[in-house]
This record gives sequence, structure tokens and C-alpha cells, in this order.
Amino acid sequence: MIGALETALRNRRDSGRKCLVPYITGGLGDDWIEIVRAAAAAGADAIEIGMPFSDPVMDGPTIQLANDQALAAGATPQSILGTLRGADIGVPTVVMTYVNLAFHGGYRRFASNLADAGVSGCILPDIPLEEIEPWAEAADEAGVETVLLAAPTAPDDRLPRICQRSRGFVYGVGLVGITGVRADLADSAKVIAGRLKSVTDKPVLVGVGVGSPKQAVEVSEVSDGVVIGSVVVQRMLDGGGPEGVGDLVAGFRSALDTRFS
Amino acid sequence: MMNGPDEDGRFGEFGGTFVPETLVPACQELEGAFREAWADPEFRNDLDGLLADYAGRPSPVTVCSNLSAQIGVNVLLKREDLNHTGSHKINNVLGQALLAKRMGKTHLVAETGAGQHGVATATAAALFDMECIVYMGEVDISRQELNVFRMKLLGTEVRSAQSGSRTLKDAVNEAMRHWVSVVDSTHYCLGSAMGPHPYPWMVREFHRVIGTEAREQCLKLLDGRLPDVVTACVGGGSNAIGIFSGFSDTATELVGVEPAGGAAVGRGVPGIVHGSLSYLMQDEWGQVLEAESISAGLDYPGVGPEHSYLASTGRASYVAVTDAEVVEAFQLLSRTEGIIPALESAHAIAWVIRAREELAGKTVLVNLSGRGDKDVAQMMDILR
Ligand SMILES: Cc1ncc(COP(=O)(O)O)c(C=O)c1O
Repeated sequence: MIGALETALRNRRDSGRKCLVPYITGGLGDDWIEIVRAAAAAGADAIEIGMPFSDPVMDGPTIQLANDQALAAGATPQSILGTLRGADIGVPTVVMTYVNLAFHGGYRRFASNLADAGVSGCILPDIPLEEIEPWAEAADEAGVETVLLAAPTAPDDRLPRICQRSRGFVYGVGLVGITGVRADLADSAKVIAGRLKSVTDKPVLVGVGVGSPKQAVEVSEVSDGVVIGSVVVQRMLDGGGPEGVGDLVAGFRSALDTRFS
Repeated sequence: MMNGPDEDGRFGEFGGTFVPETLVPACQELEGAFREAWADPEFRNDLDGLLADYAGRPSPVTVCSNLSAQIGVNVLLKREDLNHTGSHKINNVLGQALLAKRMGKTHLVAETGAGQHGVATATAAALFDMECIVYMGEVDISRQELNVFRMKLLGTEVRSAQSGSRTLKDAVNEAMRHWVSVVDSTHYCLGSAMGPHPYPWMVREFHRVIGTEAREQCLKLLDGRLPDVVTACVGGGSNAIGIFSGFSDTATELVGVEPAGGAAVGRGVPGIVHGSLSYLMQDEWGQVLEAESISAGLDYPGVGPEHSYLASTGRASYVAVTDAEVVEAFQLLSRTEGIIPALESAHAIAWVIRAREELAGKTVLVNLSGRGDKDVAQMMDILR
């Protein structure tokens, strides 16, 4: 079964262009859902919705700060999903959070809550392949696509297994580290993209450490596209609002489309 | 009993390896390296030598005649406070540092609450000539100033964890984020029997020496009998699991003592954070709550997975004491026995004092996990 997320990304790829998935922290500011719509309108293929967790160990200072602000403003899984449920975004959404928020009320319930809110996919960066099955089964049943991460540290024999279990796309981690903008694209970004592309036909997107249109183009020479997180969230933290984030995403879109068309 | 975990790193339903993909190979490498080293007589011999000649083991068991007379309970103390660096933490750290060296790692990173694990890690780093970074919550840095200075003296860089509650939980987050970024060169020297597999198992094995020694010492002191109860304070649970492991196959009752403001077993429901599934203090959504305890070393909302397992099977029971009871116990042990305990260890004493009626006439072995020098300044403020 191929879900809405994978379908959207495959369509983009089949058109000869690259996939662009921005990350937006749910509950950060009153206008976060407007920002999601603006990002979609600016050419995003899907939107990652960060669901803030108290202890985000894969996240650097920017997303941590956004998390803390959203939590302090009262964001909960319920409030975020409630807002998404009524929203007409136009592209698939993928919730990114940490395993405990899914585990707490039971994997089945969390998966069906995502599905009820119209969310297509889910990323839980602190469940590795060995622990994924109970969650992934619940998600499969609810029709939610579980996107798995593949890290540069993985040995070769691990990657096909990750790709096989991943739904929607395969998320190549661009560097050995946590989220955050870096001055230069790490060498590992293209390497992990190439290693993944050689073992899967699913869309391969690289995220973590992709912070500028130039870096997005560079890694997309190998990958099927990018996930951009901290650079987007920083714009939100700076008060950029729907217009500012829309402009930012449009900049990535046009850089990618200029190079790949 | 206490041979687990299973192949998946589970103690019953608890435990596991809930880490980002980036860290999976490092956890697997560590598991393999530990399994192999632990079966290697040469490694065991090297570690035993360090524990004896560097750390000062075996630590004695002291009979507390004065305290016993006063409360009507026969109290014995396992004196981990007399180890080099002043707590049980050195057992685990010497083991992990020796293992890290063997694995070719050049750097150590650690988290610390009270600073005892940080000091122990800084000590091992000095001894083995390794680079060392210790993350410590901003709140703890100010209440455990002395240990911060000790770490610096030992050549370690202390970094302040400024997110969240700015205590042990956040120091663990920062240490994990650091480890994710430098995993090739660096061993994460985790300070308690928690975290992803193989840590809960490995840390227990490195602290098993406490229980093994104590059992023999008790048999000698008690004319072939074992204590009725063994008790220890529980933060992540390393000193407790170490001493419990010497008695788990006996009829001795095992009691873990948590702080009222950080009672993961007492107030928690199962949850997943910092690498494993275990009891965890959390809100209705699964956000991790901040613990609140007088003792920096126990100021943690989670607990190691084997304790969750022991609680769920009923083999060990877990109780909580208040800060006020701890302050009383701290003073009472100091006055009656001339032993100033760490605030963490004073939790176990506090429970014995509180439960003295049900414990009347019984023999209770308390793991005195550390000495109180580090807490004297804080107590001065509290008692003034
Ligand atoms: C003296 C002492 N006891 C106990 C603890 C708590 O750790 P654990 O529960 O792992 O024994 C600490 C931690 O800092 C400590 O310093």
C-alpha cells in the first residue's frame, strides 16, 4: 500500500524535480497553522509538524527553544491535532515527535488520533529499527506512514532493512549530530543519500544540517530532495510569520527548480 | 534472578534500546565489547586491581551501635562513602573507563547530578589520560560548587545544561546530544543503571561488587545469617541495584528509597525517555515532569529499568521520603555515629528511621552510597 505522503513525493520525483519538506513547530505562536498553509502554498510537497516534547534529544538549540516556547504556551498533542483536523493544507502532513508521546496513551490510540486528524505520516527519531515493530504495526493499521531515519553511522547491511520498513520516504540523516543549521553541508549528507539510493526505490530525502538553498541543491544532486527544519523554525522564532516563512520556502523551491527541472 | 536482561535488553517488559539511529551501532559495539571484556579474566583482573589499589575496596561494613540503640533497629552500613572520590560511583566509572580504553576511545562524556559521578569520571579520565567533558544542570552547578571545582582540578571541562529544569534530566539530554555528535571518538560514561541497553546491565555488573562483598561481610558479622532487609537510595538506581544483586536470590527484603519529589516508581507510569522503557514521572500527555528534591543526585524523574521490573514482580519494594525526613536523618547519623552521609544516602537512613516500628529488632543493611562533604555547604544554608 502506498500512502498519500509517498504518492505526493513520488509524483514530484517522477516530474523530474526534487522534494521539499519544511518542518514547522506545532503550537509555536498563534499563527502556526497559517504558517503551515503558507509553506504549502510556497511549494512544499509535504509539511513536517513538530509536536513538542519535553526532552528532544535529537534537536539542537533552535528547535529546543521552539519546543519550550510552544509547551509554555500550552501546546499539547490534542491541541495540535485539533488544529490540523480542520485545516485545509493542500499537501500531506507528517508529525515528528518523540516516542513517549505515542507510547503514553498507547500506540494504537496515537496512530488513530493522527489518522483522524488527517495526518499522513509520523517520524519518531528515538525508536530505532530494533524497537519499531509495535509502533509501526499500529501505524500501518491506522494507515499512517512511518518514516524511518537512516544515519551515517549505520553499517551497509542495516540500510536495506531500514528502507524496507520505512513508509512515505526514507529520511537520510545528513550528519552525525543533532538538528541545527551548519555553515557547510557535511560530506556525510551526499554519502548517506547515495548509499540509500543504491538500495531503495522509495523517495530518499536528506535532513538535519540542510539550512540553505545552496545546501539543498548540493545534496539533491544525489537525494530526491530535502527536509529543512531549524532554518524554518528560526524564521518563526524571529517573528517571520506566514509571509516570512512562505518567502523562505519559496526561495528553496526556486533554487531546487532552477537546478532540477 | 538478576541475570537478565534478555537479548533485546529487556527486564520483563522494561528496558530496551530507544536511541536515535545514529547511536545504535555504538550501543551494539559497546554491548559486544562489554560482553567480551566481562568474560576475559585479564580485564576482570585489571579492574579488580584498580578497585583494590586505587579505589580502596573492599569497603567495610560498619555496625551502628549507637543509632541502633536509639531507634531499636540493628543498622549496618555498607561503607561506599569510604571509596576513593567519596561514593559508589567509582566502581562503575573504573569499569567503563577501562572498557572505553580497550575499545580505543579517547574521550569520555558524562552527565552528573550531585557531581559525584562527574568527579569519578574526571578522576578516571585523569588516570587513563583521556579527554573528558561533564554536563551538569545549572541548578546543580550552584548547589554542588565543590564538586564542580574538583572536576576542574582533575582536568575536566564542566558544561552547564541550561534547558528545562536545569538538573540531572537535562544534563542527560545534553550528554546524549553531545554523544550523538562525536560517537566515534567518545564513550558515554553513563552514571547510573539506566539508559539504553547495555547500560543498565553493564552498570549493574560493575556495581555488583557492592552486593557480593556485603553478603560475605554480613554472613561473617551475623554468624552466618543474612540481614532481614537491604535498603538503598534510588535515583537512577545504580547503588541500589549493586547491593541488591548480592541478595536477590535470598529471602532478604529489598527496599529502594526514592525522594518524594522524584518518585519514579512510586508516582510514575511506564514511559520511554533516555533510552529505555521504565517507570517515569510524566503528565497526562507523556511530557516528562521535573523532579524536585533536596538531593541533586536523586533529582530525576525516571529510574533504571531493572528497578521497574523488580517493582512489578514485587521482589523489591519502593518507598519515598520527604526532604524534611532526609535533613533529620543526615543530622542523626552524623551525631550518633560520627558519619556524615551524602544527602542521597541519607534517604535510605530516613526510611529506616521512619519505619523503625515495623523494623523493630530486625537487622537492616543500608548502602551508604556516599559521604556528605559535598553537601555540607548546602546543609549549612538549610540549618541556619
Ligand atoms: C552518593 C550518591 N548516592 C546515590 C546517588 C544516586 O544514584 P544511583 O541511584 O544511581 O545510585 C548519587 C548520584 O549522584 C550519589 O552521589
